[in-house]
Amino acid sequence: MNARQRIIKRAIKEIKNGMNVNLGIGMPTLLANEIPPNINVLLQSENGLLGIGPYPKEDEVDSDLINAGKETVTVVPGGSFFDSAESFAMIRGGHIDLAILGGMEVSETGDLANWMIPGKMVKGMGGAMDLVAGAKRVVVIMEHVSKHGESKVKKSCTLPLTGKGVVHRLITDLAVFDFTDEGMKLVELADGVTIEEVTKKTEASFNIESSVLLN
Amino acid sequence: MKGKVWDTFEDAVSDIQDGATLIVGGFGLCGIPEKSIEALKNKGTKNLTIVSNNCGVDDWGLGLLLANKQIKKIIASYVGENKIFEQQFLNGKIEVELTPQGTLAERIRAGGAGIPAFYTPTGVGTPIAEGKETRYIDGKEYLLEKAIVGDFALVKAWKADKLGNLVFRKTSRNFNPIAATAGKITIAEVEEIVEIGELDPDEIHTPSIYVQRVVLGKNYEKRIERLTVVSKED
Repeated sequence: MNARQRIIKRAIKEIKNGMNVNLGIGMPTLLANEIPPNINVLLQSENGLLGIGPYPKEDEVDSDLINAGKETVTVVPGGSFFDSAESFAMIRGGHIDLAILGGMEVSETGDLANWMIPGKMVKGMGGAMDLVAGAKRVVVIMEHVSKHGESKVKKSCTLPLTGKGVVHRLITDLAVFDFTDEGMKLVELADGVTIEEVTKKTEASFNIESSVLLN
Repeated sequence: MKGKVWDTFEDAVSDIQDGATLIVGGFGLCGIPEKSIEALKNKGTKNLTIVSNNCGVDDWGLGLLLANKQIKKIIASYVGENKIFEQQFLNGKIEVELTPQGTLAERIRAGGAGIPAFYTPTGVGTPIAEGKETRYIDGKEYLLEKAIVGDFALVKAWKADKLGNLVFRKTSRNFNPIAATAGKITIAEVEEIVEIGELDPDEIHTPSIYVQRVVLGKNYEKRIERLTVVSKED
């Protein structure tokens, strides 16, 4: 399994039966295909759909039916369409149980940066700032270390923020961290990963949950 | 009374002047008013302020106006699909106000609903909070965001009746209904125009009061940005 597959395999466990879930663009979108059949959830797409279905068959493709990543999708039975103001009333109003988003950097205080690299790249925040401000639970998934070998888990973010102190849980290819009143806490290690490796590849300081130390 | 149905897009956009503020419906290329945009491109109106979630792609949608240098300023939430935009922005050739998508939607909604500004939790502690009023309400910090009203709104609906009642289809609804409320003059382009009374009042998404002009578009391209299908074996 590569890093992304490891992240996805772990992140899927965050999705519980009965939830209304928003999956961000990119790696989080891939989670949709991995949800076990016994878990019934409604996936929300901020462009105006509650109840995203699988990708369409070729003869079902409808240019009026896309997800927030602009991909053609279908709608599940019981799904609904609505306008963008309504969509963000759902998001900001705390009606989304779980948002899973990608990240560029996460800080030890639960800040998230994922929308811009000054001078180099600007995509825009899309709905991410609203999602982190309004969803009941915010989980960020990202690779632990950048392509250049730098830790993406920072003392404080160097990139422009998407939200301040908004992340509840961070899942990387190496570990799972929770952001608590007592600070950032390592709560799980990926298979074959040691505390020493995580410490070496993490710029942020963190506590270690006792169950992790015992293993 | 002159009817609301206009025969040509050329006429419908003819009084959009240089420097106008336009609220444009659509998300990505889904539900964009593609015929009105083409008419504006042909008219060559300059120095436009565009309020829209995205700015099209390089060769379609609002990207056409961008490539033609007709846009002075854009208020949008996501522009990642458009290289011309990214270049014009990074080179300082276009003024950009990046706005969180939900804030953008609510600013437009508020504009149409007569609410001049509102407090939102979105963006607190981020660069978009710079220079904005903040206030603690019940112990939590919020940003004051201002409403947006357009000189014109350009929207795309599925069906209209001759009075201007609109029905949208699937996720092509997106920003269109709120855009329709926030334009001083709203131009709705549609795939079908029916007689007054043919739409069930219960199915109308946008009441006619918000719509000043209706134009029938033909041969919609409705481009797909990312065609994704399941393979036959699945």
